[in-house]
Amino acid sequence: MSTDSIAVCLMLPLAAAGGIALANNRPNLREAVSLVASAALVLALLGLEPAVLAGNRPTLDLIEVMPGLVIAFEVEPLGLLFALVAAFLWFASAVYSIGYMRGNGEAHQTRFYLCFALALAATVAIAFSANAFTLLLFYEALTFVTYPLVTHHGDAEARNGGRTYLAFLLGTSVLFLLPAVIFTWHAAGTTDFRAGGILPEGMAPAAAAVLLAMYVFGIGKAALMPFHRWLPAAMVAPTPVSALLHAVAVVKAGVFSIVKIVVYLFGLDLLGGVSTHWLTATAGFTVIAASVVALGADNLKRRLAYSTVSQLAYVVLASALLTPLSIVGAALHIVSHAFGKITLFFAAGSIYTATGKTNVSQLDGIGLRMPWTMGAFAIGALSMIGLPPAAGFVSKWYMLSGAMSQAHWAAVMVIVASTLLNAAYLLPIVYRAFFRGVDADSKPHGEAPLPIVLALVITAAATLMIFFMPGVPLALAHALAFGACE
Amino acid sequence: MTLSAHFPVLQVVVPLVSAPLAVLARRATAAYAIVMFASWIAFGLAIALTMQVRSEGVVSYPIGNWPPPWGIEYRIDALSSFVLLLVSAVAAVVLPYCRRSIEHEVPREQHYLFYSMFALCLAGLLGIAATGDAFNAFVFIEISALASYVLIALGRDRKALVASYQYLILGTIGATFFVIGIGMLYLMTGTLNLADMSERLAATSDLRPVLTAAAFITVGMSLKLALFPLHQWLPNAYTYAPSAVSAFIAATGTKVSIYVLMRFYFSVFGAGLVFELAVGEVLLVLSLAAMFIASAIAVVQSDFKKLLAYSSVAQVGYITLGLSLESVSGLTASIVHLVNHGMTKAGLFMLVGGAVLVTGGSGMDRLAGLRRTMPLTSFGIVLGGLGLIGIPGTAGFISKWQLVLAAMERQEWWLVFAIVASSLLAVAYVWRFVEVAYFREPSNPADRRREAPATMLVPAVMVIAASIYFGLDSSLTLGGAATAADFLLGTSR
Amino acid sequence: MNQFGALSYAITVFLMVAGLYIVIARNNLIKTLVGLSIFQTAVYLLYIAPAKLPGGTAPVISAEFDAYSSPLPHVLILTAIVVGVATMALGLAIVVRIYEAYGTIEEDEILNRDREAR
Repeated sequence: MSTDSIAVCLMLPLAAAGGIALANNRPNLREAVSLVASAALVLALLGLEPAVLAGNRPTLDLIEVMPGLVIAFEVEPLGLLFALVAAFLWFASAVYSIGYMRGNGEAHQTRFYLCFALALAATVAIAFSANAFTLLLFYEALTFVTYPLVTHHGDAEARNGGRTYLAFLLGTSVLFLLPAVIFTWHAAGTTDFRAGGILPEGMAPAAAAVLLAMYVFGIGKAALMPFHRWLPAAMVAPTPVSALLHAVAVVKAGVFSIVKIVVYLFGLDLLGGVSTHWLTATAGFTVIAASVVALGADNLKRRLAYSTVSQLAYVVLASALLTPLSIVGAALHIVSHAFGKITLFFAAGSIYTATGKTNVSQLDGIGLRMPWTMGAFAIGALSMIGLPPAAGFVSKWYMLSGAMSQAHWAAVMVIVASTLLNAAYLLPIVYRAFFRGVDADSKPHGEAPLPIVLALVITAAATLMIFFMPGVPLALAHALAFGACE
Repeated sequence: MTLSAHFPVLQVVVPLVSAPLAVLARRATAAYAIVMFASWIAFGLAIALTMQVRSEGVVSYPIGNWPPPWGIEYRIDALSSFVLLLVSAVAAVVLPYCRRSIEHEVPREQHYLFYSMFALCLAGLLGIAATGDAFNAFVFIEISALASYVLIALGRDRKALVASYQYLILGTIGATFFVIGIGMLYLMTGTLNLADMSERLAATSDLRPVLTAAAFITVGMSLKLALFPLHQWLPNAYTYAPSAVSAFIAATGTKVSIYVLMRFYFSVFGAGLVFELAVGEVLLVLSLAAMFIASAIAVVQSDFKKLLAYSSVAQVGYITLGLSLESVSGLTASIVHLVNHGMTKAGLFMLVGGAVLVTGGSGMDRLAGLRRTMPLTSFGIVLGGLGLIGIPGTAGFISKWQLVLAAMERQEWWLVFAIVASSLLAVAYVWRFVEVAYFREPSNPADRRREAPATMLVPAVMVIAASIYFGLDSSLTLGGAATAADFLLGTSR
Repeated sequence: MNQFGALSYAITVFLMVAGLYIVIARNNLIKTLVGLSIFQTAVYLLYIAPAKLPGGTAPVISAEFDAYSSPLPHVLILTAIVVGVATMALGLAIVVRIYEAYGTIEEDEILNRDREAR
């Protein structure tokens, strides 16, 4: 029966894609398909939650591609968490997109919604991957399915952005991730994700370190420096694309994959014996460097993009600390960053739709004209910085606890310093919006269209809710960390 | 003897006989029907032979009942049946495609000659795979080669004539080198039967003529399989030939030549002898050169068919790379890529042929904005391109995985990186098509959506779909390749 | 190997290399074909010459002789000659068509005309 549930979860976005293609000429029906499918997906995933928390791991085997290499799915806490976040935010994005795409008169909307649904299908498949081979398959599929979304506008700028996107993501996955997976198969005889890891105990620490490096840098979607350039380049896409894919699905698939590989492929025990200083150093550097670049970026989306790079590195940093507490923090941060960042991107798109403005320097006094938008923005900013009552506070708490429990003072310093930097590049925007007067010669405008505002309210509210009622995400994160470290 | 006992010889005879019948038939439709019927029978025979080999091991058929080694023997084993399947399947799929495709590219009064040459080429290729006699192999090599020279010369552009002439010269030199090698082997062993030759070579002590023979055979077949730097004939031949011919020859010509090389290396000379000769190192270097240099040249081409042709040279490099690794997994990778690449390239050339029909040419400028006029074809080409890169889910991925695994088994980490790095070059040239077809406007914006005719589109789409299917369920292709590799290395000295 | 054998091998090698040289060095398409033909002839010699055994007679079984020259290479070479003839015929036909299309049969001229037409 739970095999069927997995199949349902995987088929829903695919069926939605089919429905969207068929409803090409009737926009309202087409949008309804996205909304209904995403809501149904959330419900289906919630249905799986009790079983997973009780310790069950529903599985579904599809095709044996090569002897011993099967496309297989297995639901475990982290995957369920990731899928839930993606599905919920798919719903919010669908609402948002209705307002944005119509408000900006975007062309090729069917292709947009279609690729969105397909991207969600790939994301759910990644979340439920039972082995590294399946993960690789759908990881690459996600890259190709999101390419039309990134290059949506079809002009030279979009084409160049698409080139950078593809160059970095395909380059890293083909050069590093693919050999890493093949080597895992070669060394372990399997690529299954199992608690405690699958790599042989006697594996040389140097070899394990190299393999870890290949995985971490091969998963370019995690935007770890120096392979982060695709993220700002992908901002040529329409905002709903940036919002869902680069705040939620694509980048989260990246860090999710890293956490999954660390916990289920290597195992915390094996990695304990391997020097991971280079990884914490790289992640730490990324956190700080990206925040510094964000400070200097005037284009709002660009600033948010570099903020994403920085926040993703938190997850990698927390994973590299290898303690159960920090793993909880990493998993929770996947959730809290998703909600917070999508709120921020939604707000950016809302501003663009209502006023055509794209730069921070143009945002004086805009809060008075667009209170809902900027209110949501403020909540998102709080979450990024890690202040209560926003979700980011919970995940940062766990990450700091994890770092301190290891007496890893460098990591603590990085987290504290970047918190300050986050405040430095986000709070001034809120300040300008509410406490500065409007430019005399700017055109009068109101709030963005209703669907946009509605979506903003949903995600901002969720960001707050996670702080007050962290039940489901926290339970799943705990199950991941403590279940995997027996 | 029952009919099924004669299958090995019928495999070659049926297409061979259909060639003069097609000439006698004179009318294009009749010739087409005869040859297509013959090729489908040949495909059925190949399947039947594969089943026989699975149950019996090696199928041996003495021609005219003269027992080997005095008579010519047809010998079907795991590897030959695999190649027979590939060649006959490609012919069976390309022939329905031919009908509309050549209407556009070959003068009407020459159609019946086209079909008869096609049948002859098919018979020759099947004969190479089926035979167990060295000189018989040479004869079939020349039959298929001569037929393909004619087929290529039938292209629309006058450059097809020059390309065909160039291929004739180089191909004949290659075949003649091959014959010199066989001559030396005959002088040393006194027999032409491959199995017998193998036994007698094992007993030979004077190695120098044997090694010379190996060298001549290697160079001769390298010319025919377009191993870098002996590939000069290939780009022009594939580009200017009629699209159906490009599809057929790209999928089969070089592959059968590789088969001959494998047959001689492992079944006649023996792996031990051949690799003692530093053949492995030489093939490795040349394969890497092919993979990188040919891919790089492909990136800057302005004609899409020529781009695909250089891509073929690079992909042949992967196959010979697997060969040079001297292991069962390396050989498995070679054989499976032989089939996977044949499939992918056939599909790609067929789709491009459809585009040539609709847009009038294969230059990148003609293909601009193809997604508007031919959305299915463009998507099919993208899928085929993904197969060339080796993205998971395509047949090309299976071969790449195997090849990397084979390199890892030998702990050659730099080779692993070389293999994946060259795939990135493939991304560059595949993406050129994507950008031209999807990001540019068609030269004639008023063009309505107009796909190629169904008889052309359906076979092409079927082949591309097959390449995706075999990328998700590789039991037939990889299983067959593994069996063939095991057999070949197992029976080798 | 007696002098006869050495002589025939020497002639073979000379013809082979001469033929190859003509193919590479000559511009005229027909001359290239001639070179190819010479190259192929060398191969015929390579097979046939060793077939003659010293003191061997024609391969007709007879009580007086015990050494027979091998007939097999002659058979093989007949086949090879036929293949060579077919190749030559095809090659010349293509040259005729090239002449009709280009007006010349010099390789460099052909390349020039293609370049100009582009």
